[in-house]
Amino acid sequence: MTIEQVQSEIQSAIPGAKVEIILNPSPSAQHSLLLDHEHVLAVATYLRDVSELRLDYCSNVTGIDWLPREKSEKVKVKNLVEGVEQEVEEVHKTVVPGYLEVVYHLFSVEKKHGPVILRLRTEDRAAKVHLPSLTPIWRAAEFQEREIFDLYGVIFDGHPDLRRILMWEGFVDHPMRRDYVEPDDYEYEPTPHDHVLQRSREESGRH
Amino acid sequence: MSSMTETTSAANDERSRKLTAGISEGQLLEVSMGPHHPSTHGVFRMDVVLDGERVVKLKPVVGYLHRNHEKIGENNSYLASMPYTDRLDYLCSLTNNWAYALAVETLAGIDVPERAQYLRVITAELTRLQNHSSVIGFLVQDMGASGTPLMYAFREREKILDLFESLTGSRMMCNYMRFGGCRIDLPAGWLDRAKKVVAGFPQFLDEYENLLGTNEILMARTQGIGALSRELAINAGVTGPLLRASGVNYDIRKVDKYGIYDRFDFKVPLGDNGDVYDRYMIRILEMRESIKILDQAMCDIPPGPIMDPKAKIRGFRPKAGEAYGRIEAPKGELGFYLISDGSGNPYRYRVRPPSFVNLTVLEDMCIGNYIADTIAILGSIDIVLGEVDR
Repeated sequence: MTIEQVQSEIQSAIPGAKVEIILNPSPSAQHSLLLDHEHVLAVATYLRDVSELRLDYCSNVTGIDWLPREKSEKVKVKNLVEGVEQEVEEVHKTVVPGYLEVVYHLFSVEKKHGPVILRLRTEDRAAKVHLPSLTPIWRAAEFQEREIFDLYGVIFDGHPDLRRILMWEGFVDHPMRRDYVEPDDYEYEPTPHDHVLQRSREESGRH
Repeated sequence: MSSMTETTSAANDERSRKLTAGISEGQLLEVSMGPHHPSTHGVFRMDVVLDGERVVKLKPVVGYLHRNHEKIGENNSYLASMPYTDRLDYLCSLTNNWAYALAVETLAGIDVPERAQYLRVITAELTRLQNHSSVIGFLVQDMGASGTPLMYAFREREKILDLFESLTGSRMMCNYMRFGGCRIDLPAGWLDRAKKVVAGFPQFLDEYENLLGTNEILMARTQGIGALSRELAINAGVTGPLLRASGVNYDIRKVDKYGIYDRFDFKVPLGDNGDVYDRYMIRILEMRESIKILDQAMCDIPPGPIMDPKAKIRGFRPKAGEAYGRIEAPKGELGFYLISDGSGNPYRYRVRPPSFVNLTVLEDMCIGNYIADTIAILGSIDIVLGEVDR
């Protein structure tokens, strides 16, 4: 089944679902489908249970951080230069806002085909980082979504147990983000003796 | 099938009901097993809640070996990540190499010459032999068969590691494959030595089965323990021997036919009950199939180049795009997902580790069993923390 067929199948089965094809220009030609947040659970259930695709196996869940990037376009504009109308090239710069993306690679154990690739995007990288969790559909996503929450900071609504998994509890940042800055001292943890250390430092400075 | 949607929440409710049914909070015992417990095969911790000796709740805690492998992969060139993949599942560096090479080859459209394909199959199946033999050794060691079975398994593993050493220069960190082929050709006499090792392997398996296959203690400790249902196994993304022990016929060597696996005649062994005993037996049967593949591959291997002449190793810059490549590693589906933005290092480098995903069902398999059985169940999953934590 081609990606266009999958797209039209989803659209006819779930009215209102926005499904956009993201083309992959590399020789692998693994194209993917960008879904909207509202219908993703319905689409995923449909793909798993009803569709002929029978995508019962969610293999891989990946988080990706796309930074805001500048897009420059050359536009020809007519300007009056010293009273004469001339065509001048102007460079228009627009900033494409950054977002976090989660990619699901789906296969079928029953029909032995795949991958069908689904993508979900958050609205931005700071406040609106919520995405619906697909763990209720595929348990396979449970740990992998936790990992993305941990390392990228995507909040999966409906996840049964959303905690950090690789980093420790109490760690604040998300280290797989592209703009993550490593701290000077990884090992630093506040201890009950901090005030003693602080005082000794101050005292040694005074003397 | 529609009821599967509620599986997770229902299972969670079921778990919490078991947790609180008829017992007051004070009677439960919380045990933190690990991270330095020898049976955890590394630094792995299980937060276990016990009612008497029965497990009512178990949460795996991982991350002790986390070094952000994926971030390092993003900062390295494509080639520089190759030796680093050895350190993921440090028992099976050659299959890790292959999975990564396959993903890059899919991304850039690189062909692999005939002889290199055979070399990959031979080294990968030898890897499977040494991984499975050490796994069954560890499994019975964990259950108290101290010494002998593990030493038998390691004796065989050692012979294969010697072969790896003479081929790649390293016993475990082989760093053997490249995009478009393999690094070096076979040294003189290697194939004959390998044939001898493989020819002696069935004898070891017979010996092992005689020793343990019908051992009463082994059967009592493993049969009916940690059963995993077919539906849950598929839904939870479990792969490899663990999935096939539950009776699901899914072997990526057969499904994707990556490399040249369509040329070999081999079967996919399947279990009935999905318990620890089935997982143990599946591995022995898989080794027998691997020996079949090796016999065919070592007989058919043609002469020729081992690298695609068009493949560029240094200064390699694939066109923008993405690719997911996966293989049947000894532990399950090992996948690499690469996103290229046209520069010399990947924009995103993702590893899909089989044992990390297989751990998802650890709690489901352990609930209701004795705490001593969690050791056997964990051993039968076959985890390597280098890969789980990345």
